[in-house]
Amino acid sequence: MEFQSCVKIINEWDIVAARQLGRNVAKELGFGTVDQARITTAISELARNIYLYAGQGSVSIEKLNINGKSGLKIIADDQGPGIEDIRRVMEDGYTTSGGLGAGLPGAKRLMDDFDIESIPGEGTKIIATKWLR
Amino acid sequence: MDIRENMEKKYHEALSTYLKDQNEQALYQGQKISRLHIKYNISPEEIISMHKNNLMELYPELPGKVLDSFDFLLEVMMGYGIAYREHQSLRHQQQELKTEIEIAANVQHTLLETEIPDIKALEIGAISVPARQMNGDYYHFVQDENERIGVGIADVIGKGIPAALCMSMIKYAMDSLPEHRHEPNSVLESLNRVVEHNVDPSMFITMFYGLYDPHDRLFSYASAGHEPGFYYDAATGTFSDLDAKGLLLGVDKKTRYRQYEKKVNRGDMIILLSDGVTECRTNDGFIEGKRLLVSLKRICICKPRKW
Repeated sequence: MEFQSCVKIINEWDIVAARQLGRNVAKELGFGTVDQARITTAISELARNIYLYAGQGSVSIEKLNINGKSGLKIIADDQGPGIEDIRRVMEDGYTTSGGLGAGLPGAKRLMDDFDIESIPGEGTKIIATKWLR
Repeated sequence: MDIRENMEKKYHEALSTYLKDQNEQALYQGQKISRLHIKYNISPEEIISMHKNNLMELYPELPGKVLDSFDFLLEVMMGYGIAYREHQSLRHQQQELKTEIEIAANVQHTLLETEIPDIKALEIGAISVPARQMNGDYYHFVQDENERIGVGIADVIGKGIPAALCMSMIKYAMDSLPEHRHEPNSVLESLNRVVEHNVDPSMFITMFYGLYDPHDRLFSYASAGHEPGFYYDAATGTFSDLDAKGLLLGVDKKTRYRQYEKKVNRGDMIILLSDGVTECRTNDGFIEGKRLLVSLKRICICKPRKW
C-alpha cells in the first residue's frame, strides 16, 4: 500500500505542519538537504496559496515507487475560488499578492513534475512530484 | 555530474587554502568560482550545502550548532535561488523576444520597400534610419502610366512596434487606392478614412503626399499635419518652407484636405522629411529648422543620391 498523509490547511500554522510532514517524508526517502529544502519550500508555497486565496484545503504527501524509482508527490487540494487564467499565474513575474512570493512558477521549478487543474468557482488541485536521483 | 564534482573539488581547494592563510589570492579564487557557478547554473542553496559539507570534512570537531546554522541559511537562501531561476528564465524569454523583433524588423523592411523611380527629368534620393529596431517612418514612391510621380511620407506619432505595424497598414491602403485617385488631397482623404476606421484612437499619423507631373512641371501636394518640407528656388538661391495645412490622419473621418501647387523650375529642389529629423538630438540639443536649412544650403551644391 502506498503511504499517504494529509494536513488540513486552515490557518498559518498548518503551513508549518505541512512543511514538517514533507520534510520528514523527504528525509525518509533519502533526499539530500538541498532537495529537502526544495520540496519543503514548494509545499510551503502551495500551502500558503491555499491559506491566502482559498481559505481552506489540504496538502497530502505521498511516497512513490514506480519502476524502482522513488519519489515524493505533493497534492494540494482546495475548494476555493479557483484560477481563471492558469497560463497567467504560471507566468514568471506574476503574483496576485504583488509580493515577492515565489508563487506557482517558483514551486514548479523546485519540483520535477507539476500539474495544475482548476475549475473557477469550485477549486484547484495541484500535483507536484520530485524524483530521487 | 562531472562538472558538479569538479566544482566541488575547486570549492574545497579554494576554501581550505583561504582558511589556512587568509590572503587575497584565495579570495580571488572565490570570485572566479562564483562566476563558474553562475555559468553552470548552480543555485545559492547548493553552494551553501557545498560549504557545509566542506566544513564538516575540514573540521570534523566543529560544534553541531555551527553546522546547523547552515541549514537555516540554506532555507533563507531558497527564495534567492527561486529568484535566480526566474531571472534566468526571463532572460531567456527576453532573448527570444529580441530575436522575434529582429525578424519582424526584416519582414517590415521587405514589406515597406519602395523603388525609387528613374525618370530623366528628376533626380531623387531617399534615406530612412530607424530610431529603434522597427521603423515608424515610411516613404513610398509611385509612378503612374502618365509618368507622374507620387511621393508619400508618413510618420506615426509614437515609436516602436505598434507604430511599425501601423505603417504596414498605410502601405497596403496606398497600394489598394484606385489608379485615378492619385491626387494628393484625395489620397490623404482615403487614407484618413482607413486610419480612422482601423487604428486605435490613441494613434495618429502625419503624412505628406505630393504628385509631380513632368509634363507641366507642376508639383501638387497636401499635408496631414506633417513636418513641413523645404523648397529650394534655384533662381534666387533661397529656401522656403513647403507649408501646407491639414489635420492629422485618424482624427475625423470627414476631414477634407487642401491641395497646393507649385511650379518647379530647372535646378529647384524639394526636401521632405519626418519629425524624426527635427527631433534628432545632437550634442548641441535638438536640430532646429533654421539650423537644418543652414546645413542644407551647404550640401545643396551636391547632387542628390541614395545616401
